[in-house]
Amino acid sequence: MKIFMFISQFLRDMKSQKLRTSLAYQGLNKGRVIRFTEEDALSVKQQVPAIKDLSPEYTRYGVELKRDRNTYATLVRGVYPVYAEIRNVIPERGSRFIDAQDLDQKRRVIFLGDKVKKELFKDGEAVGKYILLNRIPFLVVGILIEKKQSSDYGERDENAAFIPATTFSAIFGPKYISNMVIKAWDPGKNKALIKQVLTVMGKKYKFNPDDTDAISYWNMMEQETLFTSIFLGFNLFLGMVGVFTLIVGGIGVSNIMNVVVEERTKEIGIKMALGAKRRYVLLQFVSEALMIAFSGGVIGIVLSLVLVQVIKALNLQGGAADFIAHPVISVQTMTVTAFLLGLIGFLAGLFPARRAASLDPVEALRYE
Amino acid sequence: MNRLGSEDERSAMIKMSNITKTYGSGEALVEAIKDISLEIRQNEFISLIGPSGSGKSTLMNIIGCLDTPTSGEYLFEEESVSRMNHNQLAEIRNARIGFVFQSFNLLPYATAFENIEIPLIFKGVNARRRKERVAELLDKVNLGRRARHKPSELSGGEIQRVAVARALANDPSLILADEPTGNLDTKSGDELLKIFETLWRQGSTLVIVTHNPAIAGKTPRIISLRDGSIEN
Repeated sequence: MKIFMFISQFLRDMKSQKLRTSLAYQGLNKGRVIRFTEEDALSVKQQVPAIKDLSPEYTRYGVELKRDRNTYATLVRGVYPVYAEIRNVIPERGSRFIDAQDLDQKRRVIFLGDKVKKELFKDGEAVGKYILLNRIPFLVVGILIEKKQSSDYGERDENAAFIPATTFSAIFGPKYISNMVIKAWDPGKNKALIKQVLTVMGKKYKFNPDDTDAISYWNMMEQETLFTSIFLGFNLFLGMVGVFTLIVGGIGVSNIMNVVVEERTKEIGIKMALGAKRRYVLLQFVSEALMIAFSGGVIGIVLSLVLVQVIKALNLQGGAADFIAHPVISVQTMTVTAFLLGLIGFLAGLFPARRAASLDPVEALRYE
Repeated sequence: MNRLGSEDERSAMIKMSNITKTYGSGEALVEAIKDISLEIRQNEFISLIGPSGSGKSTLMNIIGCLDTPTSGEYLFEEESVSRMNHNQLAEIRNARIGFVFQSFNLLPYATAFENIEIPLIFKGVNARRRKERVAELLDKVNLGRRARHKPSELSGGEIQRVAVARALANDPSLILADEPTGNLDTKSGDELLKIFETLWRQGSTLVIVTHNPAIAGKTPRIISLRDGSIEN
């Protein structure tokens, strides 16, 4: 997963009010609105070397898009070509994102989220066709491939349209950008990078870099860390379930072997009388326990293989199915489990087997 | 093996001096057998008799190397058994002693063939030699055609013959039978005794533990135990 981050002046959907400074600074009152321009974004890129890519972003909600009789109103973003790289916006085969010439020449080209495309074109071809944006014709150059987003800001990419930032300025004439979208060279140092950006901007617009109400930012790395923790927790939980299952299974095998030894006491006595050495008895019961564990393991693996095939055959779609409909058998997990199972089978057999081997032949023979 | 000459020429296969076996300790100390000295020569046919609690089972376990004495010296074919460990005792039982148990103690899930094979497996005999030897033994006890039958599919007489064949598997120096006729009707008991007599005439050394005076009367030598000591 690539890491990107946003620094925005307004998070309209998250907070209804505009962001205002909450700390007085250098003699200036609190409550001022801080806004950035496209030039600010470019100077930030120059002044903070830790930034790999940066795109200013203009946004406008409820823009009417029209194709024949289909109209659809949604969010339009005015961005730089590098936006695609930062945010993993991947075009469908045979189409493209906004490029440098589009930006230079303020071309009227548009890149559509796949849902927007569907609203306007249904299943028809869209690339190379024109649509109307505020009654201005725009050439469709690309369509977004289906993208899974666990979160978004403002609108999901599938439901947005993208045009060059320069074209956006020319049409809507905004003074300020909505967001700076930034990708760091080292996502691990995002926090420090945000601090640097705020310091640079704070100097220019005279606000306290620690004033969290003046500027809001969204560090995707934090979310990434959160996701990593959630999945780690999930895996740990499943791992624990597996380990406990194995332990309980081991105890089960051990109990079975104890009963088996008990039932076969007489047999052990007979064999000892006929010349069985201790290690023979030990080996017999350990290998029986291993056989039980082995049979269980084979049944388990076969069941997993069948289950995986069944789930694949069901061909589930949508919702949670996106994450669970395509299970695969992990050879690594299987190997580790098989090894653990063998170890547990061995240990589960070892103790009953030692008890069997240490029986007194006279006592064992007398057992009924 | 032919019968050997006079008793004097026969060496002592078993020599026990002052054998004592006790169980428990302190006040609960029980002396199962006390200060027993005993010699058994090659090709003897002996009955070991005595009422229950006389110590005959304990003595049989010690003779059979299933158990070791608390004190005293036990020489089996001139080897001291008293201080042997579990594995050494197992080797002696396997190669030099043939057991015929009270209820024959065949393994119920194994065929006649497999039951007879067991001592050969523990001795490390290879599969081909085992097969030959078991076939030979089955012939000897007239059970060639019952090789693949399990004990539950065999008659009482056949079971006892399988047990004898198993006891003979490694050509032991001593055959030890513990109340072999105890669970048999008179006819089967007599048949078993005839088998033992034949083995004796062929040169085997046999000790039969019994409380049946009729059986004891048929053996040349009787050792009678009472309260852990040998009578007379």
